[in-house]
Amino acid sequence: MNVEAQRISPAPIRHSLRVKASQDKAFRIFTGGMGGWWMKSHSLNPAGQKDVLIEPRAGGRWYEVGNDGSENEWGRVLAWEAPDRVVLAWQLNAEWTYDPDFETTVEVRFTPDGDHTIVDFEHRDLERFGEKAEAVRGDYETGMDGGWRSLLDGYQSAAEAD
Amino acid sequence: MANSSAAFAALAEPMREAIVERLAERPMAVGELAALLPVSRPAVSQHLKILKEAKLVRDHAEGTRRIYAIDPAGLGAIRAWLDRFWDQSLAAFVAAAEREDRK
Repeated sequence: MNVEAQRISPAPIRHSLRVKASQDKAFRIFTGGMGGWWMKSHSLNPAGQKDVLIEPRAGGRWYEVGNDGSENEWGRVLAWEAPDRVVLAWQLNAEWTYDPDFETTVEVRFTPDGDHTIVDFEHRDLERFGEKAEAVRGDYETGMDGGWRSLLDGYQSAAEAD
Repeated sequence: MANSSAAFAALAEPMREAIVERLAERPMAVGELAALLPVSRPAVSQHLKILKEAKLVRDHAEGTRRIYAIDPAGLGAIRAWLDRFWDQSLAAFVAAAEREDRK
């Protein structure tokens, strides 16, 4: 394989979940209840996160509301097909800064499976981070949540809480 | 500066991606990685060499061992970070979806 002759992309991030909830409910909690399950530590707002909102229409905003009432854009809605599918543009770049000229794609599909719902999640177009590779520095140490350290702390807390 | 196409090529191989994911958990020596993954130690070394050239991982000496870790300045860090981030977030989503009866 000649890696110089073609553009090779990192694999998309994929997760497939089987949720014990109706399709309507799974869609509603994902899109309308994001502030209820998003990790509060993962916030762009120094005042802390109050809510995460997605406007329910194509072209709608995806944004965070801080405890001080201020808002931070995260992206926008590319496709809104309740309760089957939602496609979001994640417009936080490699430095965890909102950039209206940058976007990667988050697609979530909801498929009924008896009294459960299969949720197929994909975050793709990750090669676009590379287009701003010069901006990629060690910002994960100081980025939107303190990077690796706080993430791993979160894992530890979650694991030990069970 | 890290060559981004080199980074992507390095990550596109499933075993190298698995190595990056393991190293995202904690820094490890070659032998530890070989014990965790279904590949030989020489194969792990070869993968690590490519990952290092792509600036996805870096290494340092600890006594007679070389310890490998995610290079925080590399693109692999972004993907590995996002992978873990979504893994944890989606687990919280499932808990929320299965908990709430109405809203």
